[in-house]
Parts: sequence; C-alpha cells; structure tokens
Amino acid sequence: MGKDTIAAIIPEYRGDFGGWRKPQELNIFLVLVGIVLLCEMCGWLLTGQSFVWNPQRLTITILQVSVVGIIAIGVTQVIITGGIDLSSGSVVAASAMMAAGFAQSAEWSKALYPSLTNLPAIVPIAVGVLIGLVAGITNGVFVAYARIPPFIATLGMMVSARGISKWYTKGQPISGLTEQFTAIGSAAWPVLVFVAVAIIFHVALRYTRYGKYTYAIGANVQAARVSGIDVERHLVKVYAIAGMLAGLAGIVTAARAQTAQSGMGYMYELDAIAAAVIGGTSLAGGVGRIGGTVIGVVILGVMSSGFTFLRVDAYYQEIVKGLIIVTAVTIDVYRNRQKRS
Amino acid sequence: MQTTVAVTPTSPGVEDKRQPCLLSVTGISKSFPGVVALDDVSFQLRRGTVHALMGENGAGKSTLMKILAGIYQPDAGEIHLDGVSAQFKTPLDALMQGVGMIHQELNLMPSMTVAENIWIGREPRNRFGIVDHPRMNRLSRDLLTELKINLDPEMEVRHLSIASRQMVEIAKAVSYRSRVLIMDEPTSALTERESAQLFEIIDELRTQGIGIVYISHKMHEIFEISDEISVFRDGKYIGTHAAAATSRDEIIRMMVGRDISTLFPKENVPTNDILFSVRDLALRGVFSGVSFDLRAGEILGLAGLIGSGRSNVAETIFGVTPATSGEIRIREQRVDLRSPRDAIANGMAFLTEDRKQSGCFLALDILENIQIAALRNQFVKAGFVQNKAIAAACSEMSRTLRVKSSGIHTTVENLSGGNQQKVLIGRWLLTKPRILILDEPTRGIDVAAKAEIHALVSALASTGAGVILISSEMPEVIGMSDRIMVMHEGKITGVLDRDEATQVKIMELASK
Repeated sequence: MGKDTIAAIIPEYRGDFGGWRKPQELNIFLVLVGIVLLCEMCGWLLTGQSFVWNPQRLTITILQVSVVGIIAIGVTQVIITGGIDLSSGSVVAASAMMAAGFAQSAEWSKALYPSLTNLPAIVPIAVGVLIGLVAGITNGVFVAYARIPPFIATLGMMVSARGISKWYTKGQPISGLTEQFTAIGSAAWPVLVFVAVAIIFHVALRYTRYGKYTYAIGANVQAARVSGIDVERHLVKVYAIAGMLAGLAGIVTAARAQTAQSGMGYMYELDAIAAAVIGGTSLAGGVGRIGGTVIGVVILGVMSSGFTFLRVDAYYQEIVKGLIIVTAVTIDVYRNRQKRS
Repeated sequence: MQTTVAVTPTSPGVEDKRQPCLLSVTGISKSFPGVVALDDVSFQLRRGTVHALMGENGAGKSTLMKILAGIYQPDAGEIHLDGVSAQFKTPLDALMQGVGMIHQELNLMPSMTVAENIWIGREPRNRFGIVDHPRMNRLSRDLLTELKINLDPEMEVRHLSIASRQMVEIAKAVSYRSRVLIMDEPTSALTERESAQLFEIIDELRTQGIGIVYISHKMHEIFEISDEISVFRDGKYIGTHAAAATSRDEIIRMMVGRDISTLFPKENVPTNDILFSVRDLALRGVFSGVSFDLRAGEILGLAGLIGSGRSNVAETIFGVTPATSGEIRIREQRVDLRSPRDAIANGMAFLTEDRKQSGCFLALDILENIQIAALRNQFVKAGFVQNKAIAAACSEMSRTLRVKSSGIHTTVENLSGGNQQKVLIGRWLLTKPRILILDEPTRGIDVAAKAEIHALVSALASTGAGVILISSEMPEVIGMSDRIMVMHEGKITGVLDRDEATQVKIMELASK
C-alpha cells in the first residue's frame, strides 16, 4: 500500500475508534431517568415530598442495589457466554453462613467454633470467597466438561447450596459477629465494593483477552473453538468468577445484617438475571455490557424503593416488576428484529 | 402485455407460439432503509421453462424472489400470474396461489416423517378429526412416484441426506399445485451426482408445465439446466438471453459490468521443501491410511464426494477431532495437534466449510471477527488486548481484502456471504499462517468475490505458504491446484498432477 492510500484512510481511522459513538446504554439510561422523574412527580403530587432528595431513602436504595449488583455482574458474564446462573442467590446464603461462622466474636456465648473467635476479618472474607469459588467451579465443570445444560447444572447448585446453608447450623442463624467484619457492611463499603467490581469487569470484558473470548464463545461456540480458544477452560473461569462474586455478595450481606441466615439471598438470582436482561444482555449469548447491567440493577432498586415511597401495596409491586421485565425484553427483541430486516 | 425486453426464442427454428407468460413481473421496486434493493425491475417466466436469475450477491435477485414468495411486499410494480393480477401477502398466500419457494436453508422438521412434513398444516383427517396417517402416506407415495422421487414417505427426515430433504421440499411445494417454483441455490450443498438427480426432477417438473425460477452461482449448471437467463446488477434488470444463444463470458460481463479475465489464476511455483507431511493418519470409523506431503508454495487440492471424509481429514489435521493414530510432521518436526490451539501455534489456519455454523460470530462486528484468532503474542500484553494496534491491523486487513462495509464496526450478520468469507479469511491471515486449510472457500459466493479469493489464495501460495484446498466444484479444484488428492469412503484413492487432472478422472477416483 502506498502512502497516498494510507493518507486517504486516516479520516476512516478516526471514525473507527476516535470519534464519539452513541453509548449503547443511552436508551436504557433514559428509561432510568424517566422512572426517577415519574416517581419524583408522583411524590410531589400525592405526598408533597421529594423522592430523590431524601438522604435516608437514597442510602437504603443504593445499599440494596449493591448486593444484587455484585451478583449481577457475574451473572451477566455467564449470560454473555450463552449460559445462565440460577445458583447465585443460594451461593450468597452459603457464603454468608460459612463466612459468619469464622467471624464470631469471643463475647458471644453460642459461638459455632468457640476456639475460632475474634479472627481477623480477612479469614471470614477468604472463606466466603472460597465457598463461592468452589460453587462456581463446580457449575463450570458440569457445564463445560460434563456438557450439562447450564440451566440444569446451576439449578442443581441452587437447590444444593441452599440445602447446605440450612444444614450448616440446622437452620439456626449465626450472630455475634466481630465489629471488624460487620464494618464491611456499614457505611459506603457495599457500594464501593460494587463499583470496584463493576469497573474491574467492565475493563476485563472490553480490554482483555478474557473478555474477547467470553463474547466469542457466546456468539458461536464452534467458531470460537476453531479459532483456537480453549472453550471448556474459559467457561470454567467465567462460572468461577460468577460464583466468587456471589460469595463476595454473601459476605457483604452477612456483614450488613450483622448476622447470617440460611434464607439470605432468596431469589436474588432472578433479580440479577432480570437486571442483566433489562441492561441489554441477550440470553442468546454474545451480547451484553456491564454498564447496562449496572443501570438495570439501579432501575430495579429505584422501582422497589419508588413503590414503597408511593405506598404501593407489596403485592402490586411484584406484579408490576414482572411486567416491566417482560416489557423491557420485548422492546429489545423488537428493536433487534427491526435492525436486522 | 408490454414486453419491453426482447426475449430471444429458445429455438429460433420452431415458430414462437407466444405462450402466455406464466408469471410476469413489471416495474417492481423495493427499498430498505438506506438501500434501493430493486429499481424498476421486470421479467417474464414462461410455462414449462427454467429461468435462471444471475447476479452478484446484493444484485437484488434474493429480494425479487422474496417478493415473489410473499416474504416482502414491493413498494411499486405489478405481478401477473397466468395473465391475472396477483398479490402475495404472505408466503402461505403465495403458496396457495401456486408460487412455491425452496429456500437455500431447508425448513423441514427433522423428527417428523416425510409425509408429515409434506402435509403439515393440512393433514388428511378421518371422520373423527384425527390425522389419517395411512391416507397421508398413500397420498405422499403417489406424489413422490409422480415426480419420480425415490423416497419412503414414512421415513423420518433426520435420516435423510440434504439432497433427499430437498426432494421432500420440492414434493411439498408441488403438492400445493404450484405453477411456479423458486429454487434458491438448490445445489450448493449437493454432490455432483445428487445435482444430476435434482436436474432430472427439474426436467420432470418442466414437462409438467411448471415454470421454475432458478438461482445459482454455479455457471456450468446454469447452462446445463436453464432455458433463459436474466441478469441483475445493483438492483437493476440488465437483460435476458436464451441459454443456448449466449455464453458464460457474456453472462459474467453482464453481471459484473466488466471483463473478468481469469477465474483460476494459479501460477506454477517451483517445487520447494516439504512443509507439512502426514503419515498413516486415521480417525477410527471415519478415515484411515491418509498419507501425503505438502510443499511450500503448493496448492494441494482435496476432492471427493460429500461424506468421503475430506472435511474430516481437515478437522483432524487441525486438531478439532484429534487423530486416533498416525503422525504429522511440520518441517520434519513431529507435532502433536490435540486442539485448534496447538495447530494455530504451529502456524496453521483452517477456514471451515460452514460459514455460519463454525465460522462467523454473526452478532459481533468485523473487528471482533477478524481479531479473535490473533489474540496472542504481539497483540496482547499481560492479558490486555492492544485495542488500537489490533483495530488498525484489522482495518488494514479488511481494506486489503476489499470487504464491502461501512467500517470495522459493522455487524457481520449484515454482510453478504462473500464479504463474510473475506472477513474469515482475514481472521486467518492475521495469524500469519504458513499452512492453510481451506474447506469450500468460495461456496455460495458471487463470481467477482470468487475471483478475488482465488487470486488471494494464489498470492499466498507464491509467498511460500502451503495450501490444502477442499472444494466440491471441479473446475475450482482443477484450476487452482498443483496436485489433486481424491478421497472416497475414508481412503485416498489417488493423486493427480495438474497436467493429468480432468473432471472424468477425478470422478472415477471419487466413486471408485
């Protein structure tokens, strides 16, 4: 190629990766803004209060969002590979229970391991993350090597992990946690963890080989394999990360509640999947972004806090939430269809 | 009827009885956002003839077909069927009025029987309203016999070959009393022998007075089967010729608007060192005793019928399905290729037979499709992809290969088949391979893109790469290869030199 041709293509280079392209999350972000404005308007009309300018409500919303958000980031990656993870809610409980067992204070008379009290917080954190990792690797091995459909493999884990959390203390909650441990759940820590995890995996998906391979596997497994990707090993990695993040969410949950119970994280997996899907992740695989998932999680959080604020009956809340999820996906499917024909 | 186009009579000696046109299309236009797919197009199909539509990918013939089959609605223009104005609102509507379409991708239900597939949605019922299977099977048997198709109506479709499935589709279309049949590249997945069988059935349909619109990129079969040829280019109608009164070169000239001098530009390259050698390679139950050498700069053709094991050999060499015995050497060094990763690490590349199944990431863009196999060494530092460097390399690649798109962020799903294939070739060229395995590199691709790919493959070989070329298209294998290896039932039945290779000799070895 001569110099002239190179010079001629320079504007094209700019168009390719220098210029501003409309972020794909823009639409869903506008939906979020719309929902917030709607709540704000209804708030003034119905109760004469502001929805947004209420520090207490804002804090609660953000904290609630964080735990589901941490899980959703893992689940998003699994869905991008064309899989699904139903086990994350149960893994939250298992991780919370096991971590709390090593986080009890010596002053607590009914400690689970009386000789292992007042341990530094790093120990329960390591235990929780490890539990998540083991669960995730198990999921991954069954999916990738035993070739069990992800829905079934993680359904099994969902049931078993919940069972393990109940069996661990025969259903008793674990309380009397050290202050060092519960500090993780207080103040802005859960939010910081969520934001950090979001940034790490946003970068990982967009700028690393790990990310490129994740999308490739979801877009076409066979082509990925022929292109030299070790598909099985990569899938195990993705499920392991999802499990680890669920474990992390379990730690945060237990620390925030200052206790661990086997019922924790109940149905979180569905919120996480819903958040990913609202955020534009395609269940068919190959498509999805962390930014979208973060917005999806916030939408779910704002909705439930908005409903509570407007004193909508809890039963209606669930009904409407279901409708909104299906609507979001319908719009997305419709838009994709238009784009293709 | 305003025939703006002078249709040359098929046989000038016989006086033209001016058969009324079976299907006549006038002034059809169709636009999609940003593209004019068809611009004031007209053409006539006569009863009992095969009318071929030719054009490069994107010429508008698929759009026209889809309008005739009721999938798209035209923006303007008229369709007359047997002299009566017609409108096709849905595919079923078209079918009911007598226009059936055989799609390139077949639409049968694999776990149902032939008869069930033919009569789906209008199964004969007994007086209790329950499907009358014996009657349905009898009807199917009659239909198949009438068309001289030798198939058991009670067989499940998944047990049938692609060729047989196509026959089922044809029988199904005929069962709707179709007067017009549209066939979209019906032979793209058929072997020579199966194609011949299909042509017999097309002949049978022709004698029954059915008009056939036939689309194919295979020039030689167009001349074998069609009575008239209409050419389209860039959404416009270019002209119609009687097949007997025109030539391959003339049609190509009409299609591309310029001359294409050489389709198979392989030059002789002096014999070089052995690059790649295979001894006694076997995959249990599939093929055995495969031995050959590939020299640097050589194009080694691999011919054989579908199912002869040629694609399996390619997959095994590349580590997709590792060999059960035998050895592979690259530059005298013994290598163990247990996965595509190993093969790529040894400088190999494999363009698979099926673009959609195992090639493209349809939902991803050109950049992501090209870069994926090259994400190692110079493009990745500590796990981080050097996005700028690789985007520049992919941009450059896509320009060199002349991929027609609005930029490297175009989703591959929106590209034509030829451009998708170029993207896949780009993926492999970016890995700087020394040994390339190309399985059906030009299947379903228009003439111009085909010529470009051929030129590219030759150029690669002349830089000292070794190429294994698998193709069902005889002229392609013969034209491109230095030597041709022929397979039959999992064994190599012979190797022919460039000078001695003819279609007849290859067919003999392939069906030994």
